[in-house]
Amino acid sequence: MMRVEMFLIGVWDFIVGDDWRTALGVALALGVTALLVAANIAAWWVMPPSVCLLLALSLRRAAAGVGHGPDER
Amino acid sequence: MSGTEIGLALSVFLACAVEAVEALTIVLAVGATRSWRSALSGVGAATLALAAIVAALGPALTSLPIDALRLVVGGLLLIFGLQWLRKAVLRSAGLKAMHDELATFREEREAARAAGKPHGGFDGYSFTISFKGVLLEGLEVAFIVVTFGANQHHVGVAAAAAAVAVLLVLVAGIAARSPLSNVPENTMKFAVGVMLSSFGMFWGAQGAGASWPGDDAALLAIVPSVLVMALLMARVLRGMTAGAHAAALDTHAEHRPVEAAEQAVGA
Repeated sequence: MMRVEMFLIGVWDFIVGDDWRTALGVALALGVTALLVAANIAAWWVMPPSVCLLLALSLRRAAAGVGHGPDER
Repeated sequence: MSGTEIGLALSVFLACAVEAVEALTIVLAVGATRSWRSALSGVGAATLALAAIVAALGPALTSLPIDALRLVVGGLLLIFGLQWLRKAVLRSAGLKAMHDELATFREEREAARAAGKPHGGFDGYSFTISFKGVLLEGLEVAFIVVTFGANQHHVGVAAAAAAVAVLLVLVAGIAARSPLSNVPENTMKFAVGVMLSSFGMFWGAQGAGASWPGDDAALLAIVPSVLVMALLMARVLRGMTAGAHAAALDTHAEHRPVEAAEQAVGA
């Protein structure tokens, strides 16, 4: 059981990294793109501002948390 | 070679070179301190494990429908790319320490010495540390090689770019016989973050069913836009850091006369 848990934690760390909110934001942005496409609306424009916003928010969180612990993978 | 293929090869080359420098530092530290034979055995075993992962993942990924592949791979590359980019921007803004290979080398060497002298011919410590270092650093690159290669149907180009990067780092490491501390690691990580984020955004949106204006030519606008965005964010963060530093100095200077007066009256 411990090995399975450690493996799952390793996979989570490897894919999601230390900022799960960014990973969630990417999934949401892709979901919105798919929904717009399904509604026959041009959707290529969703990702660029989403990426810009996600990076800015992630940097703001990291900058606010400087000195609150290591941030190294 | 098309622009997309060049972008693919460049991304894989840079990512692989960065990770190879980090893995080389670990292997050099345990090899020089304890046992070269055991450390190099660890490198060989990790390389075989990585080759097995690429061989298993590659065909599995290419058998997926192209849109599903682009959605999954694009999303994962974007998550990876934003992580690389965030750390590179923070380093560039001075909010995170630059990766120092010499410091890492010293830390690994001290840890290797502290682990005691190797017993017998084979040193398990050197083998394990080298194996873990090469496997973990290599996994990220293997993932990039497999996903980029599978998505573009150019696993060969991706694998060749990775092999050239590893060979170059190896040759430079053997020639220098020391950690490669002069490699502009943060610049390379910045570039990889930009490329992974750009390709991830492009493929992810395509996989979700969106059509980019100009198709593949859209990458010619996406890559520079992501680069400019990241540089601007680094600049803004640098300005904020410098502003906060200056404000702290001002506050300190304002308190100095008070401190001097307090000292004068013996407070």
